[in-house]
Amino acid sequence: MAEAHDGVDSGETAGKAVAQQDDHSTPAPPVAVARLDRIENPGFPPERLRVTDLDPKKEKQAERAISALFFLSIVGSVLAVAAYILFPIDPLDPGSIRLNNMFLGIGLTLALLGVGIGAVHWSKALMHGHEQVEMRHPTRGVDETRERAVEIFSEANAESGFTRRRLVRNSLIGAIIATPIPAIALFRDLAPAEDPVALLKYTMWEAGTRLARDPSGTPIKASEVTIGSVFHVIPEGLAELESHRLEEKAKAAVLLMRLPVDALNETEDRASWSYDGIVAYSKICTHVGCPVALYEQQTHHLLCPCHQSQFDVANHCKVIFGPAARPLPQLPITVDEEGYLVAQSDFTEPVGPSFWERAL
Amino acid sequence: MIRRIETLHTMATTSAAPARRVGRRHPLATTALLVVGLLATGGAYALATTTATADTRAASAQLIEDGGKLFAANCASCHGINAEGTAAGPTLIGAGALAVDFQVGTGRMPMAASGPQAEIKPVQFTQEQIDAMAAWVADLAPGPAVPASRYIAGDGDTAIGAELFRINCAMCHNVAGAGGALTEGKWAPGLAGVDPVHVYGAMVTGPQNMPVFSDLNLTPQEKNDIITYLKYVDENPSVGGWDLGSLGPVSEGLFIWIFGLGALVGVTIWLTAKSN
Repeated sequence: MAEAHDGVDSGETAGKAVAQQDDHSTPAPPVAVARLDRIENPGFPPERLRVTDLDPKKEKQAERAISALFFLSIVGSVLAVAAYILFPIDPLDPGSIRLNNMFLGIGLTLALLGVGIGAVHWSKALMHGHEQVEMRHPTRGVDETRERAVEIFSEANAESGFTRRRLVRNSLIGAIIATPIPAIALFRDLAPAEDPVALLKYTMWEAGTRLARDPSGTPIKASEVTIGSVFHVIPEGLAELESHRLEEKAKAAVLLMRLPVDALNETEDRASWSYDGIVAYSKICTHVGCPVALYEQQTHHLLCPCHQSQFDVANHCKVIFGPAARPLPQLPITVDEEGYLVAQSDFTEPVGPSFWERAL
Repeated sequence: MIRRIETLHTMATTSAAPARRVGRRHPLATTALLVVGLLATGGAYALATTTATADTRAASAQLIEDGGKLFAANCASCHGINAEGTAAGPTLIGAGALAVDFQVGTGRMPMAASGPQAEIKPVQFTQEQIDAMAAWVADLAPGPAVPASRYIAGDGDTAIGAELFRINCAMCHNVAGAGGALTEGKWAPGLAGVDPVHVYGAMVTGPQNMPVFSDLNLTPQEKNDIITYLKYVDENPSVGGWDLGSLGPVSEGLFIWIFGLGALVGVTIWLTAKSN
């Protein structure tokens, strides 16, 4: 407990030291005034004993509680196994997953939490709880040890010749720097190997590809598209693709809408891309690539749900709100001789979000 | 009351045998009489009114005339006396019986206040009155009609319905039909517990900002499949347990951040806190 009064002691001795120094020249000025305001070390608060230390009944209670928790853990483990057997998952009934999962989870939770909470409560409430002071020893080493350490370093340097043999040392440093460089080339290769412009610019759409309903793949006649309709469209033939169906769909998904002709504001060069108020736009958002399909019939706005970009279908899907940078690419459509809607060509720009090589 | 008790007491004390209730009603006689009376009058009322609703779906001339009167009283101020439309409401010529059945049957019409979207409110008319107004609007010009009951029975293919719902509907209405937000004050309502005829009606008529999914886009059988899927979602509890409104990361995130993290923080504090 000597440390408790350390501040006051050293203050007093320091004050005395200053007073002694000034004794032989002039009377000491009252420098001890500041030191009277110094905050005294309050020391440790008085030790509070736990109820389990003071009251043997509480101790018994704590013992019972802890063993109850451990028994609960055993029950939980048994319950988990029982649940696994009593509530099997029936592959034909999705509802059976719920009970299996829930009781298995309850069992495991009781099993693990029972042990954990019981152990912690045991250590807090019952195990030795008196306060101790652990003296911290100084970290600075003994002077001889420190000198010997410095010696070892210089001996090692002399024996290896690291500082002396400059050619060896510099070539080693060069080799260490050069070694990770192949990793950059290897990790770079994890990115797609194909040219992204070619990959994203060319989709399954070609001149003459019929527009088909998602997911059935049945082609769509212009007469079936009524004003205010929205059709979710895939190119004809995509539903029957044997491989890469999702990759192709991810680029070729199109939204088909019909607006009254006088509501459409078309530019000169794109006036032929629509048919009697029927317009087709890529469904892939130009922001990060979510499917934009929230069409508001009266306002003719398209909303992307991910980051709330809004596109105005009456104005070639130009961006009217949100983080998208470019309007949705338009698919030029027309009607073939049987009345089915067909694409006039592929998209004239890469679909989807911006990427480094995309020509803006 | 007191006299009765005294009478009982005298009866009990004057004769050696236990007192028989003479001329006294059974204690529950009043209740039994009330119940019989209620059943009789209620039953008679039910019998009397069932016959009246037998043929209101037939578009008789009387029905159309009644519908016209109802329309003039409730709808003409915004939609025009001949449903030709005014600045306050669009024309209903060509809207068809199905549109009326949907809008009035879900309580959206008569609209209470103008705004981005008409709200669902308590339905103000009986089904007979709705049918009358629907017949009157249908008489103006051909339009979508109320579907045959086999297309709203909900006995189609749940898996196909789920796929169609996911492709056509889930982006606005949420994959479990919990509803979603649109722009500038509009929203796609939740579909839990919605009458199948109203689901069908909304798909065909494209109310307000919902696009039109005509019978040429989604066939009546496909619409029945979608209704079957919605019925499945309504009837079966979520496989994952407590679905928190099926709102996905929003509600689940809120739950985990408040209760999960809160519990973790509490446990952390408890771990190092001194025992009592």
